[in-house]
Amino acid sequence: MSSNQSNTQNGSEQKKNVTDSTQTSLSKKTEITIPEFEGSIVNQLVTKFTDKIVQVVYVRPGRTKILVPPNEIVQVATFIRDTLGFDHAESVSGTDYPKDNQIEVIYHLSSYSDEKLSSHVLALSTRVDRNDSRVPTLINIFKSAEYHERETFEMLGVYFEGHPRNERFLLPEDWADIPPLRKEFRIKGR
Amino acid sequence: MENFERKFDETIKMGLEIVKETEEDRLMTLSVGPQHPGSGHFRFTIKVDGDYIVYCDPDPGYVHRGEEKMCEYRNFIQNIPHLERPVIHDSTNITYSYSLAVEELTNIQVPLRGQYIRALASELNRQVYTLYWLGIYGIFLGHSTMFMWPLGDRELFIDLLEALTGARVTHAFNIPGGVRNDVPEGFKDRCLRQVAYFEKRLVEYEDIFYNNPLFRQRTEGVGILTKEDAIKLGVTGSVLRASGIPFDVRKAEPYDVYDEIDFKIQYMKTGDSYARSMVPFLDMKESCHIIRELLDKMPQSGEVRAKLQPNPKGPAGESYKRVESGRGALGYYIVSDGTPKPYRVKLSVGSFRNMLALPFLMIGSKLADMPSIYWSLNYWPVEADR
Repeated sequence: MSSNQSNTQNGSEQKKNVTDSTQTSLSKKTEITIPEFEGSIVNQLVTKFTDKIVQVVYVRPGRTKILVPPNEIVQVATFIRDTLGFDHAESVSGTDYPKDNQIEVIYHLSSYSDEKLSSHVLALSTRVDRNDSRVPTLINIFKSAEYHERETFEMLGVYFEGHPRNERFLLPEDWADIPPLRKEFRIKGR
Repeated sequence: MENFERKFDETIKMGLEIVKETEEDRLMTLSVGPQHPGSGHFRFTIKVDGDYIVYCDPDPGYVHRGEEKMCEYRNFIQNIPHLERPVIHDSTNITYSYSLAVEELTNIQVPLRGQYIRALASELNRQVYTLYWLGIYGIFLGHSTMFMWPLGDRELFIDLLEALTGARVTHAFNIPGGVRNDVPEGFKDRCLRQVAYFEKRLVEYEDIFYNNPLFRQRTEGVGILTKEDAIKLGVTGSVLRASGIPFDVRKAEPYDVYDEIDFKIQYMKTGDSYARSMVPFLDMKESCHIIRELLDKMPQSGEVRAKLQPNPKGPAGESYKRVESGRGALGYYIVSDGTPKPYRVKLSVGSFRNMLALPFLMIGSKLADMPSIYWSLNYWPVEADR
């Protein structure tokens, strides 16, 4: 159960750069330091786009999460697909953070064509303002994100610019309420 | 009489002028579902030009239950029974990756025997699901024997799971930290006997269904999904493996005890409906080996679950875990803010991901091929809607 152990667990301090997470893992002297392979992916990303653009949230065995600004996400995603070899999105989801007045959109990317990457999931995330939540769509880079983005649009109200169909998918056609996965939406009676 | 004929001719002429064919008029729009018996609780609109489908638009959501929102109101343990509901026929696998993710968040170690038992339960449950799917696939291709046989043989595994978990369909057996109870006495012998019988039945399935010329004609070369397209669309599970990509989460990223189990990834290269219906069948065969191996290697005694706090919680953080379910990779993305209730739960399910292949394969194929394409996608509407 080595996968249960992780280097950084703190979700509230999500804006760390790569050196920070290296230091915490070394100073804690956990059994697992930053895995070499995952580290090399992160290093390539940070070398290509400076650590101002690509912030590394955590690096664990098989799991990496990076945070990029919304206006750079297309470039970073193109690099991830063409150079790093991640070829499809497993999941696109959003998390609402009313305290920070932000919504986080997160793409879980993985690879079928590269065997070395098949055990790896790269989480590409971006944070947008809750009141004006617009992100460029990634369906031109990862076609597999199409329905997931549409779901994120209706569930969290994130508008994907360039997506051909920002419209109802799972919710009823006559849904006339706020997007249900926003935190201020309460299930009736609870 | 003459007068009448003249009038009749004029009417026809007039009518023809009114119904002047345009491109749009040639197309007929059909709504398949949601009450249609061949689609499940799912609707897709297709337009046909003669025999050919030229447009297809899936419209899911008829059984959307808001599982992800419900998770935010209950603690990590209370979430298990309702998370089974999206796919009750595969209820062990859908709670499996949830348990794995919660274990990572709350830092629970599962005892080895517990790991073996839940892998065993998940393999048995995979058989139950695949047999149910095969039964439906059979009946919608007009092969009613293939409806009766799998649903009858499914009882074997349901009985085994009943003995193991205490419930026939929705088990709530996996919990963070292991499984709810130990294997009953005499279970191993019974399991081995029934699996041996089932393997004999699988040979008969092959003879009556997979080698049936009618079935082969309806599926071979129909709805071909190439390797490149499969990668691009990000499909998973049997749909992916039928297109020649040997990807199985149990091998790619072994969870629990799967790295100690020796099995082969079953895949085919043709990518047509036949391959997509054959791969789950090959998986069932392989699953029989896995079940036998798990029973052999399982430690004879020991704890089956870790001791849990009444309201388990861990530090704030997030986890993404996936397992191989009957419909492909099943991932849970859980964000925790340090309280006993998850802050956000996202299910990335195989059915939802495979739905993208539906319009892709439908457009350009014949209307008569619709059932064989639709059901070969291993699509479970309730799971896709969540």
